[in-house]
Amino acid sequence: MSIALQLAAADFNPLVPKTPELIIGLICFFVVFGLLGKKLLPSIEKVLAERRDLIEGGMERAEAAQAEAQALLEQYRAELSEARHEAARITEHSREQGAALIVEMREEGQRQREAIVAAGHAQIEADKKQATAALRQDVGSLASQLASRIVGESLEDSARQSGVIDRFLDDLEAKAAVAQGASK
Amino acid sequence: MSADQLTQHLASGSCHLFDAGCGFPAPGLNEFQFNPIFTVAGVGFNKPMLLSMVAALLVIVFFWVAFAKPKVLPGKLQLVGEIGYDFVKRSIVLDTIGKKGEKYVPMMVSMFFFVWIMNIMSVIPFAQFPVTAVIAYPAGLAAVVWITYMTLTFKKHGFVGGLKNLCWPSGIPGWVMFILVPIEFFSNIFVRPFTLAVRAFANMFAGHLLIVMFSIASWYLLSPSLGALYATTSFTVTLGLTAFELLVQFLQAYILVMLASSYIAGALEESH
Repeated sequence: MSIALQLAAADFNPLVPKTPELIIGLICFFVVFGLLGKKLLPSIEKVLAERRDLIEGGMERAEAAQAEAQALLEQYRAELSEARHEAARITEHSREQGAALIVEMREEGQRQREAIVAAGHAQIEADKKQATAALRQDVGSLASQLASRIVGESLEDSARQSGVIDRFLDDLEAKAAVAQGASK
Repeated sequence: MSADQLTQHLASGSCHLFDAGCGFPAPGLNEFQFNPIFTVAGVGFNKPMLLSMVAALLVIVFFWVAFAKPKVLPGKLQLVGEIGYDFVKRSIVLDTIGKKGEKYVPMMVSMFFFVWIMNIMSVIPFAQFPVTAVIAYPAGLAAVVWITYMTLTFKKHGFVGGLKNLCWPSGIPGWVMFILVPIEFFSNIFVRPFTLAVRAFANMFAGHLLIVMFSIASWYLLSPSLGALYATTSFTVTLGLTAFELLVQFLQAYILVMLASSYIAGALEESH
């Protein structure tokens, strides 16, 4: 053991605080505590709160925006599906309408065709009748002329003559009809 | 080691290992006694006083620069300050006391950083002395904690309720009480402040003594012979101890503030 230590041990107890040191230490602590507690820590605490608000505000805003976007998306989806339904409905409707129209047109065409055919038949019938009448007259006249030339006397004036010719021609027609029926 | 001590050691230790009639100049309590730098009205102003003021100044300057004009987007120094502040606030005070601890955060932050920087003085060149190795400094802080602890206890629970809070542990069968109550009373009122001060003091005291011991030994063992190997070993141990002391310095500040917080938490506890 050194002499210094023995000397020190005699008048120095490291476990007994010395008043001046105690006071200086406490003053130092309270100066630190005062400045930090009264000024510096409240100042940083304010900024920390501000930052927290900013972050939380930002998060809230982001959440609101997200919710809005979600709502908008759902709205769009609903509208889209509605539009799809509408389109499908319209397509179906027009298909039906088209089919009905086609049927109608077909019927109309049929009707027109039948009308035209009927008109044609009537025309033909009329023409035939006219031609028959004209022919009958011409044939009568030619036959009478020929007969009068052969017989030498005019049959033209006589009223009966036409009756004779008509009867003849009727007979002829009847024969022709019979012949036609037989040939069939 | 202060400059005058160093010269003293060098004077007394100008001899080395293997020199005839030369003993190892072991460090002792004299390491913790300082001659006054100057004297005012019969009171000597010594190195630990100066260092404690430097420590206080360092804490103030750091937090002033970091926090005086704080920004929402922090600069580097503010960020470091915020990390330190948040560490003490959340990991120590709010963790121990809970939401009610908000009020005691400034006191604990001040105490933590003041003690830590005083401890760190141990490894700062030219300072090289942990201020808390002088009992007066941790004792003063322990007194502050003790006064806060007692004030809060009696303010919250009244005199009888406060005594009950201090001595009457809950959930203990009645027949143990006659042993436990005196122990609790003694422990909470007398032992706690004492251990709070002595724990910090003794750790720093012992740590400093170890570092000084191996530093002197490095010098003493140095000789142009086998001693050089011993000296190198001793010096390596000094470096290792210094690193270890850095950890202890932080830890002691942490423990002091942690215990102070837990005492306050006990004082604020609802009566049972």
